[in-house]
Amino acid sequence: MQPTTPPLAIRIRDLRKTYVVTEREPGVRAALRSLLRRRKKEIRAVDGISFDLAPGEIVGFLGPNGAGKTTTLKMLSGLLHPTAGDLSVLDYVPWRRDKSFLRQITLVMGQRNQLVWDIPAADSFELNRAIYRIPAADYRATVEELTELLELGPLLRKPVRNLSLGERMKCEIAAALLHRPRVVFLDEPTIGLDVTMQRRIRSFVGEYNRRFGATVLLTSHYMADVEALCRRVIVIHHGKLLFDGELADLVRSFSAHKTIVVQLQDCQADLHAYGEVVSCADGRVTLRVPKAETARVTERLLADLAVIDLTVEDPPIEEVIERVFAQEVL
Amino acid sequence: MKGLVEIYVQQFKTTLASFVQYRAAIFIWMIGHVLEPLIFLVVWSVVAQSTGGSVGGFTGADFAAYFIVMMLVNHFTYTWIIYEFEYRIREGLLSFSLLRPLHPIHTDIVDNASSKLITLPMMLVAAVILAVVFRPAFHTVPWAIAAFIPSLLLAFILRFLIEWTLALAAFWTTRVSAVNQGYYVAALFLSGQVAPLSLFPHIIQVVAAILPFRWMIAFPVELLLGRLTPAQALTGLAAQTVWLAASLILLRGIWRAGVKVYSAVGG
Repeated sequence: MQPTTPPLAIRIRDLRKTYVVTEREPGVRAALRSLLRRRKKEIRAVDGISFDLAPGEIVGFLGPNGAGKTTTLKMLSGLLHPTAGDLSVLDYVPWRRDKSFLRQITLVMGQRNQLVWDIPAADSFELNRAIYRIPAADYRATVEELTELLELGPLLRKPVRNLSLGERMKCEIAAALLHRPRVVFLDEPTIGLDVTMQRRIRSFVGEYNRRFGATVLLTSHYMADVEALCRRVIVIHHGKLLFDGELADLVRSFSAHKTIVVQLQDCQADLHAYGEVVSCADGRVTLRVPKAETARVTERLLADLAVIDLTVEDPPIEEVIERVFAQEVL
Repeated sequence: MKGLVEIYVQQFKTTLASFVQYRAAIFIWMIGHVLEPLIFLVVWSVVAQSTGGSVGGFTGADFAAYFIVMMLVNHFTYTWIIYEFEYRIREGLLSFSLLRPLHPIHTDIVDNASSKLITLPMMLVAAVILAVVFRPAFHTVPWAIAAFIPSLLLAFILRFLIEWTLALAAFWTTRVSAVNQGYYVAALFLSGQVAPLSLFPHIIQVVAAILPFRWMIAFPVELLLGRLTPAQALTGLAAQTVWLAASLILLRGIWRAGVKVYSAVGG
């Protein structure tokens, strides 16, 4: 029996996680002193964030290293106990780690493996089938489907240690999805993979989301992943929420500039008077201008110079994100 | 229950498949398991000879029987979980087991039992060879053999639970190898691996009997060799049961506390 879908897949209110770490100065004297008294320091990894995810949503979770992304994902999957705040996933309290909760979620961490190293992935799959108590028919159908989508075919029969990083990641993802989780947490699933493999995994995540209506929360350092998959992004920095909304709005609200690319007949023209010249080669000049000035500068360029071609673009998403991270608080 | 049996079967297959990849390592590991009792056996045989044929009621042949059976019982009850747990926590592997709808102890039970099954034939061969060379004397009786089987099973489960609980120290300290070292030395003496417990001073025997050590290893050996009275055997089985219940309670409590710590600091 399919359980009824709750109105929210994930609900987070004022979530906080504080780590207490001991620290000491370098040197022998400090080391001895620390034997007697340890200096404790609190680190606020997650500092009061709130957001919701509707069932079936696929959301990019962004932030620089140490922003609190992984800590949040670990709290959502039940590995970490929040210091304060409210948290529910599919109406469960994650840290209780109810078996019925664990059967409906999955956490994929790009830098860690769960497959048994020395045996073929197919054998690890069988073990997962038993642990998650997946009915035989469902299991066969899911394996078939995942094999097709991820092109696993021959990989499943090879010992995991003989697979390349990308091949292993595909098998890891398949193993994590055998029980068809309704909520999927992906922590850097494409890290260290080549561009082709990144694209393959990216399109797979999208397809999985569409086919099974799974809710997906994804962190990635590759903006291409986020652009391809997520309409909505949540940005955190220093454990605080910086932005929650459509990717397009993020670009709009955080980029105070536009990029104008002009192709000129005269290769030698100096365009410094029109804006900041980002690059200039073979008569192709890239200008960065304040957003409010865009129309006026474009007009002047067209009037003053022999322009062959002119385009106005938003800056690349990487640049926007960099700008977002550079800002402490909005 | 059916689900758990299925998990055990699958885990057994997985362990088996991983194990055959490490034939050489297993062989070397087993040599260690044979060498240790062999050294004690040789030492005690020499001591017995030089003191007129016997020490504390043990002749050379008695020592041979004792250490051959000790080798098998030790092999049957051995675990490597304390060593393994530290690695799991350090490498973040525990996180994966915590995210599965299954208590991680099940994996360890099957892992452990299946590795025993795989290595048992070789250990039996080693026992036969040692028996041919050292000519042990057995004074065993039928009822003792019957009582030996449950005592061995209880010993295995007890040792497994105790060592699994000790391994949980890894939640609080990154220096579990120190815990392991201390435990190993205590077990070496107090569980009769270095010498039969009856050769130790009375106070040591009392300590070994109060603590779980004797019941984890020495007791089944003494039982099989016919060195215990029926009353002593029954007392022993009762002591094993009590310790088993106690260690189960201990394990549950410490596991919960440990996971709480783990989920507070992150893995």
